Amino acid sequence: MMRRLGYYAPAIAVFVGGLVAWELLVRGLEIERFLLPPPSDIAGALVGEWPVLVEAGTNTLIEALGGFAIGLVAGLVVAFATARFALARGALMPFAIAANAIPIIAFAPIMNNWFGVTSPVSKMMIVAMLVFFPVMINTVRGLTSASPATLELMRSYAASEITVLRKVRIPAALPYFFTAIRVGATLSLIGAVVGEYFGGSSRALGRFIVENASFLRFAEAWAAIIIAASLGIGFYLIIIGLERVVMPWHESMRERT
Amino acid sequence: MTRSDSAPVVDIRGIYKEFEVDGSRTLALDGIDLAISPGEFVSLIGPSGCGKSTLLRLIGDLTGPTRGSIEVNGKPARQARSDRDYGMVFQAPVLFDWRTIEANVQLPLEIVGVGTDERRRRASEMIDLVELSEFGRHHPWQLSGGMQQRAAIARALVIQPKLLLMDEPFGALDEMTRERMNSELLRIWERTGTTVVFVTHSIPEAVFLSSRVVVMSARPGRLTHVIGIDLPRPRDESTRELDRYYELVTEVREALKAGRGPVTEESEMAAEFGARVSPEHTP
Repeated sequence: MMRRLGYYAPAIAVFVGGLVAWELLVRGLEIERFLLPPPSDIAGALVGEWPVLVEAGTNTLIEALGGFAIGLVAGLVVAFATARFALARGALMPFAIAANAIPIIAFAPIMNNWFGVTSPVSKMMIVAMLVFFPVMINTVRGLTSASPATLELMRSYAASEITVLRKVRIPAALPYFFTAIRVGATLSLIGAVVGEYFGGSSRALGRFIVENASFLRFAEAWAAIIIAASLGIGFYLIIIGLERVVMPWHESMRERT
Repeated sequence: MTRSDSAPVVDIRGIYKEFEVDGSRTLALDGIDLAISPGEFVSLIGPSGCGKSTLLRLIGDLTGPTRGSIEVNGKPARQARSDRDYGMVFQAPVLFDWRTIEANVQLPLEIVGVGTDERRRRASEMIDLVELSEFGRHHPWQLSGGMQQRAAIARALVIQPKLLLMDEPFGALDEMTRERMNSELLRIWERTGTTVVFVTHSIPEAVFLSSRVVVMSARPGRLTHVIGIDLPRPRDESTRELDRYYELVTEVREALKAGRGPVTEESEMAAEFGARVSPEHTP
């Protein structure tokens, strides 16, 4: 326990030091509060707006998680179908890789138009699109990553295709899959919040930030950003935790075992 | 048992194997005949590109012949593979990182559908046999190359195959480890009575291990010599000091040179076009 504390001490020191420096600089240099509110103002806004922020945070989190789930399931389904058939792989992968490189968030107004501005579904769809491509591409890569030697070994045991999938392809795909959902976890909150910027229910973090900023209530906007950031980090940490439970054998875990 | 004990475990008749590379056909194996009796340890040796690995893969039905027939345990190679009549060890250990050594050794039994208790029992027996008892719960990446290869041997033997196919299994190991693994393998072979077909490009390894060394020539691959190894058993490190050992090493080396034939421009060109150069068949 003490050693863990020692491990994290420098990071904690930087965090606290950063906050203190921020507070002192804003006050010392007399920076206008609407340009950069000091941490104490943001803390005050967090406390003052807490019930509203909790409701907005919950709604945004639902959009993010809902979209994440849709994108994840769709990505996996398409990935398994694509990995199984070389023809489908040749036909689909170039488009998936190209689609992964475009700024999908640009579709947000169109999704709002299709699924309703105030409906959480339009935000979920943006998130789903953001999550779909990394999940699909990485899972296909993972499922097809088994070495020829491994497949030859399975062939020597006259293993059926389903056995090869269960014993080789899926375990081999796990590291790729987790890389994808780690990215997806971060993208899901970005997608939900930015999607809300383009319109939607005011009881959500994105709208809260836009509306408070337009009234120069920047401490409140910052407070909402902190909530969004915490949700994103929390989601990411849950994925990391899951990863350690599911594949303790993986290279990235080895130094800690 | 309808077959007598001397019925061959591997019966190779008139095997030709062609590869097609960029539209042109290359003859890799040219008329191979070979019968391997139960309990034999046969090494296939030859220069790289002589098709010795291809021949091993044909026995295991990991690839098919262009012409000819291969029987394993008196049935077609494909049937033998479906019946899991052989175990295979490759140059790389090919262990799964996500499985412990125990679980890796159990893999073939899982595929065959053996129950959990039986699987554990048989896997731990094999792990004891290859002397990895302390490492059953380790993951492959926590073991040295030699230990990983021992685990691969345990995995190949766990289904108690009549035939063990080994494709340069110690090729990636350093000389000291390789010699130790050679002794280990002989001990295991004597304990299990499995027939072994062993591909190598190391002359000392082939002589030390084998009851017969089959010498192949390069492109197209042909059997040029079959040399019986009459060194006494059980063999150990002192075997490598025997005069007879040196004689046999020399004999295999000479056979390899003869198989290569005089290297002239003409013979190289002929070899390239897959024609017969020096038909020096002395089985």
